[in-house]
Parts: sequence; structure tokens; C-alpha cells
Amino acid sequence: MNIHHHLDEATLLRYASGDLDSAFTMVVAAHLAMCDSCRQAARDAEEIGGHMMDRVAQAPVSSNAFEKMMARIDAGQDEQIEVDVSRHKKADSDVPLPLRNLIGDHLDDVRWRLVAPGVRKHEIKMGKKGESSLYMLNISPGMAMPEHGHGGAEMTLILSGAYRDKLGVFGPGDVADLDEHIEHQPVVEPGEACICLVATETPTRFKDFIVRLMQPFVRI
Amino acid sequence: MRSALNLAQNDEEVDRVDDPAVLKQAMVRVAQAQDREAFQLLFSYFAPRVKAVLLKAGSQESQAEDLMQDVMMTVWRKAKLYAPERGSVNAWVFTVARNARIDLLRRASSRPYDDVYEIELESDVASGEDNMFETERAERVSEALAELPEDQRQIIELGFIEDMSQSEIAKKLDLPLGTVKSRMRLAYGKMKSKLEAVR
Ligand SMILES: [Zn+2]
Repeated sequence: MNIHHHLDEATLLRYASGDLDSAFTMVVAAHLAMCDSCRQAARDAEEIGGHMMDRVAQAPVSSNAFEKMMARIDAGQDEQIEVDVSRHKKADSDVPLPLRNLIGDHLDDVRWRLVAPGVRKHEIKMGKKGESSLYMLNISPGMAMPEHGHGGAEMTLILSGAYRDKLGVFGPGDVADLDEHIEHQPVVEPGEACICLVATETPTRFKDFIVRLMQPFVRI
Repeated sequence: MRSALNLAQNDEEVDRVDDPAVLKQAMVRVAQAQDREAFQLLFSYFAPRVKAVLLKAGSQESQAEDLMQDVMMTVWRKAKLYAPERGSVNAWVFTVARNARIDLLRRASSRPYDDVYEIELESDVASGEDNMFETERAERVSEALAELPEDQRQIIELGFIEDMSQSEIAKKLDLPLGTVKSRMRLAYGKMKSKLEAVR
């Protein structure tokens, strides 16, 4: 896959240290499923964790800890998990593996709700209340998303189609990993709708976003 | 006193297994043959480290002991997800402990992390040559971290071991969030340039 826009390094470290909430973790994991180079980078970041853990002052464990564990295994409650490595490349799926647990195998099966002309949304419920929200957008060709300053961090992964903004063209696999202060104005490229997965830090933000979408669009 | 003694004992054991290749071999035997002797070696090396990390991340003693049990159990159960060509056993066990914290303390799901591991296993793997390279990667990472200036190392430690979020780190160190992020990027950048030097 030809990917041009990758994860921020600070994001990779947050993913590796477990500092992202479920919505952002999902967008990152979905990008990693599509991007070999970020996957390697995440591995390297996890090596940092391994190194730090290796050097920590050890804490004594209870003297029968190992026997306790063997007893659990003998009792048969803790069998080894088999791994099915063919799931990822399942021929008829166009959804990155981590996301399949949430929306199924096909983008076509996603149920959209029209929220503005040319803009469809599918909310994904996950995580705890008050955490970042996760949703998908399906935006028609030529449609401009109005400029929206970000109240918090936002991450957008393109699953199909493409949009263009001042940072360039974002196509399948590309991720816009944006800091709070970056302003951008994506316009969907002609030809096909753009389907993307979005995590935003502040749930209320989307309301502003919709309000702005209701305002006249710039069309190309 | 008792804990100091225990620590000394652990250190002796550690001397025998403190070799990435030995740990890796043991992990592979656990995955392929459910080898309990190999697992015991891994247990004696990692259990006190995993527990230490859990304590540093804020668990109480008894909770840390239980969680450590769960983490080591998961190392056993998910042994087949470990890809020896892709990284050190240290990093793998770290991620299992991290995932346990995510699942149990934050009630989120570590499932996406497992999915990424599965993809890793499935993508084109690695001959013996790459295997060497991966060991070297882990060494380069260690080197880079050993050379980090204290202000960057501290942030990495707080994030990876004490399980603090970026904003918690910023608050604790009385720094703007942007500074925390840029120090993280600097630390990562140093590691990356070390890795690129061997590529
Ligand atoms: Zn990438």
C-alpha cells in the first residue's frame, strides 16, 4: 500500500506505552494494520518498554507463585490460544483487522446516518463515557469539509476514497494525526466517496462540525 | 530485610538467563511444546520485573501479585502470538503487562493490540539473518536509551513504567504539554537514528 501520511512519533510512543484511550488506540491499530513502516516503528517503541522493564528494581514475588500458576494450567482453565494468521488477509474483507470486531468485514455493510447533505456518519460505541469518540464518515465526492479548528486532538484514517487539504492528498491508509492547533480544510477528491475512521478528543466538537457543514459548501 | 534477601536471590538467577537469545529460545519452546521448564525460566526472570512495574504504576502489593499472575498466565496462553523475528522477549512481556493494565484498570480493550500482533506474525517473515538483525535492533534501542539525557529518559520512564499519561507527566514535572511531547519525539528520534545506522 502506498501510504504518504503516517503517525506522529509522540503518538507511536503513547500507543506503545498504553496512554491512548480506546478510540485513538483503534485508529492507530487500524493504521498499523495497513502500514508496514509504522508497524515496525511501533515495535521499536515497544522495545523501549522492554528495555525500561528490564532495568527496573525487581519486586519479590510470593514463594509459591510459580506452583500456583502451574496448578491453574493443570486445572485446564488456561489453555494456550491458537493463532489464525490468515484472518488478516481474508480475501473478501476491505476493513482493517482491528476494526472488524466493531463494524464487520465490509465497508458496504456499514449503516450510515445522513447528518448533512453529502455527509453520512456511523457512530461506534466503545470505551467509557467522557472518553474520546470514535466514528466513521462517508463524504460524497467534491464535498468540502469546512475548516474546523480542533478543540482537542483528532485522528483521521482514510479507508477508501481520498481527500485533499493543505497537507496534501490523503488516500487509503493515510492518517491525519493532528495536534490541537492545526487548521485544515479537507475537500473530497472527485470520483468516489471518502470513507474514513475518526477519533476526536472532545465529543461535543462534532456538533460544531455539523453546524459548519450546514453552512454553504465550497464545491470543486 | 526479607525483600532485600529475595532480591539478591533473584539477581543470582538472573545472571544465568540474562541473555536475549536464551529468553527467546525459552519463549519459542513454550509456544511450540508447552515446555514448562522453559516457562519456569521465563517466570523467574520476568515475574519480579512485571510485579515491579505494576507496583510502580500504582497497584497495591496484593493486587500487583494477582495481576502479575494474570500477566504471566497470558504470556503462557498467548505464547503463539510472540514472533521471535520481530522483537525481544522483554518487549513482548512488557506489552502483555501493558495490555493487562489497559484491560483491568482502565476497562478498555487490548484486543486491537493483539490484532496488530497477529498481522505481524502473518506478514512476511524473517530468515535467520533477520533474526540476528532483530537482536541487534533491541541492542541499539538499549544503547540509545542509555545515552539519553536525564530529562528525556525521565519522561520515557514515567510514561512506560509509571503508566502516566502525557498530561500527567506535564503536570508532575510542571512543564507545558508541548515540551513533554517534543522531548518524547527527541528521545524517539535518537533511537531511530541509531537504528538507521545499522540498516
Ligand atoms: Zn504509517
